[in-house]
Amino acid sequence: MFFNYIYNMKKVLVLFSHPKFEKSRVNTVLINHIKDKEHVTFHDLYEQYPDFHIDVLKEKQLLEEHDIIIWHHPFYWYSCPPLMKQWIDMVLEFNWAYGPEGKALQNKICLNAITTGGSKEVYCSEGYNSFTIKQFLRPFEQTANLCGMIYYPPFAVMGTHNLTEKVLVDYRNDYGKLIDILQADLKVSDVENNSFINDIAQLKST
Amino acid sequence: MTGSILFEAIVFLAGAIICVSIAKRLGLSSVIGYLLAGVLIGPYVLGFIGEEGDDILHFAEFGVVMMLFLIGLEIEPKNFWNMRKTIVGMGGLQVGGTMLLSYLLFTFLGYDWEVALVISMAVALSSTAIAMQTIKEKGLMDTTFGTSSFSILLFQDIIVIFMLGFIPLLSNSEDNASAESHSEQTNLLESLPMGFQTLAIILSVVLIIVAGRYLIVPMLRKVAKTGVRELLIAAALLIVFGISFLMEYVGISPALGAFLGGVVLSNSEFKHELESTLEPFKNLLLGLFFMAVGASINFIVIAKSPLTIGGILIAIVVLKALVLFITGHVFKIKLDQKLLLTFSLAQIGEFAFVLLSFAFGLHILSQEQMDMMLVITALSMSLTPIIGIINERFILPKTGTKESIKRPMDHIAKSQKIILVGFGHFGSTIGRFLRSHGVEATILDHDSNRVDFLRKMGFEVYYGDATRLDLLESAGISEAKIIICATNKISVSKAISKIVKEKYPNVELMIRTKNRYDAYELLNLGHENIYRESLETSLTLAKDVLSKMGFRKYTLNRQVQNFIKYDEDSLRRLAAEPERKENYIFKARKELEQQEKFLNEDFKRGIVDFDNHWDSEHIRKALENSKTKM
Repeated sequence: MFFNYIYNMKKVLVLFSHPKFEKSRVNTVLINHIKDKEHVTFHDLYEQYPDFHIDVLKEKQLLEEHDIIIWHHPFYWYSCPPLMKQWIDMVLEFNWAYGPEGKALQNKICLNAITTGGSKEVYCSEGYNSFTIKQFLRPFEQTANLCGMIYYPPFAVMGTHNLTEKVLVDYRNDYGKLIDILQADLKVSDVENNSFINDIAQLKST
Repeated sequence: MTGSILFEAIVFLAGAIICVSIAKRLGLSSVIGYLLAGVLIGPYVLGFIGEEGDDILHFAEFGVVMMLFLIGLEIEPKNFWNMRKTIVGMGGLQVGGTMLLSYLLFTFLGYDWEVALVISMAVALSSTAIAMQTIKEKGLMDTTFGTSSFSILLFQDIIVIFMLGFIPLLSNSEDNASAESHSEQTNLLESLPMGFQTLAIILSVVLIIVAGRYLIVPMLRKVAKTGVRELLIAAALLIVFGISFLMEYVGISPALGAFLGGVVLSNSEFKHELESTLEPFKNLLLGLFFMAVGASINFIVIAKSPLTIGGILIAIVVLKALVLFITGHVFKIKLDQKLLLTFSLAQIGEFAFVLLSFAFGLHILSQEQMDMMLVITALSMSLTPIIGIINERFILPKTGTKESIKRPMDHIAKSQKIILVGFGHFGSTIGRFLRSHGVEATILDHDSNRVDFLRKMGFEVYYGDATRLDLLESAGISEAKIIICATNKISVSKAISKIVKEKYPNVELMIRTKNRYDAYELLNLGHENIYRESLETSLTLAKDVLSKMGFRKYTLNRQVQNFIKYDEDSLRRLAAEPERKENYIFKARKELEQQEKFLNEDFKRGIVDFDNHWDSEHIRKALENSKTKM
């Protein structure tokens, strides 16, 4: 039973893109908490490819070896930092990730884990950002869809500038727990009604 | 006509200036100019210089001593030790072979065996002065030919000690007394029994090494501290004179001693100062030496028996050339390098003057024999540069590595021609990268082994001295878009930059430089594309150090680019600053002062956060500030 559990445990790839990681309090806390977890591969793109020269073959192999892909990045200008866009452009090749023959990523689970300076309130039609996070993340959602991946709502840490240590620790623990839940098989039906994966019942219950 | 020292000086200097500049304008070696000047001012043409020519010759031999000291400075002890096999092997073969053949020649001509032996010893030695001067002038010191020639010449310098020790044994014992009074070579060695002679030689070599470390370097440090420029000149001269005196006293060739002294000091911090200080003295003295050789050609002796002298001269040169060629062959040197070696060492050298007059003093040679051999020696020396030109212009282009090979050019090379000068470590990387983009640079290089290899790999290569306008022109400079100077010889790059500036101003120049001083100079000449070879490599290393310490790679990448920009800006700013020459006595001190300037600027710049994009700390602080203001 136990071995079976280990064997079936899903593998998580955290694709982390942050050009100023050393200056990010929130991300440091989040990453330090999850990067050494079992069956989690922490992949630091800016450290790996500081000159933006992405090793596409290696990235494809990594993707094939994992079941759950987390695009973890700060939410810069309503999108991701440039190296992550570069990663999408370079790695998700035609007839590999999408296209008639492109089945490599099919049925893998994919989500964004983002940090934003602005609070949740400003991301709505009445707030100064006019749109919701879900709306802003549409390109990522459709990218995942086109590749046949199952796209989950984002994990978001918002209002980072005013985050107290205590709240940050809560976020950190949630992030860790989320990864555990994802690995232990979370169903689509569990998440589909939430704008943020932070709000699913499994995280709220404990 | 003679007498006054001032007058003599005027004659020599004027002769040198006129003849050497004419020779250079005709594209000939300066040695020819000096020799010609010597003949002109000598007793048989204009007659400005008479008997005193011989004294001048002895005095001017000092140029050779200085040259060997300077060569020694460039050779570090480790390299010298690595060369030992070549020195003994090639040198031994050359001296032995030449002595054997010329001994046979002169016995065949009917000379006594003692005479034939002495002459064959003299003949075996080549002229360090002429050969090394030519090699240095052409910048061939680091080729196979350069090191082989140097090894042979060095071996000769060593073997001459034993020759001088051996010659007295050939004379009848009753003459020895008179010989000693006549000889200028009265020295310690002769008065010692054989075993002690070797000991004395070893001791004096050890003395030079020890004195170099513990006497000369501390002395130079003291001198440097005074900051008086002429004291350094005096010290440099004192070192060379001192070593020479010691060596002559012991009975070793002063040139060899000076060479050793140079090797010992090559690791010291004064290497460059000594070089730049002695260089002009050496050049002038060598010039004087060549002029004295020219002046000592005795045209009366030639006139008496022109055929005999001409015949022997040719026989000796051919014989020496033959032995050198065979030596080169045994040591598997490539054909064209072998030809260079053959023709540049085929003369009888300045040591012959010493050996011959020494043997004459011991009554082994008659006056007639000595005069004849001295004339032949001088003539053979004068012949060397001429043979060299024949070899370079007529033989080399036909054999071995050709200056160029015609090859169909593909369209890229045709439409946008790139010339790459120098295909060493630096240039080869450039060439490979260009080629991987289908861009075939036309390569200029002066190492024939490399040229052959590159041709085999399908490159279009021109062989020779890239500062020659005609070579650049045949390589296609007129239709070139870019010339890359990837050579490590800044003098070559400067010469090319001058040619480009004057004749082909539309060709873009991209130049590798060693350091910022060369960069300053080239910037001030108006060249913008300067690539300092160490800048980016050292920053990459520093970047990796910081990365290993935990700094983020992407941030470091940006910082490196930023630093390069900052350093390039400061380079351009400092290049524009006028140099305050009078304050800089030593290059090292100047460098230190520059370093100080940079460090101060760095300090002012501080540990910089070059940008604040997405620095959440920064944003948070700014937000807090604006809140408190509100």
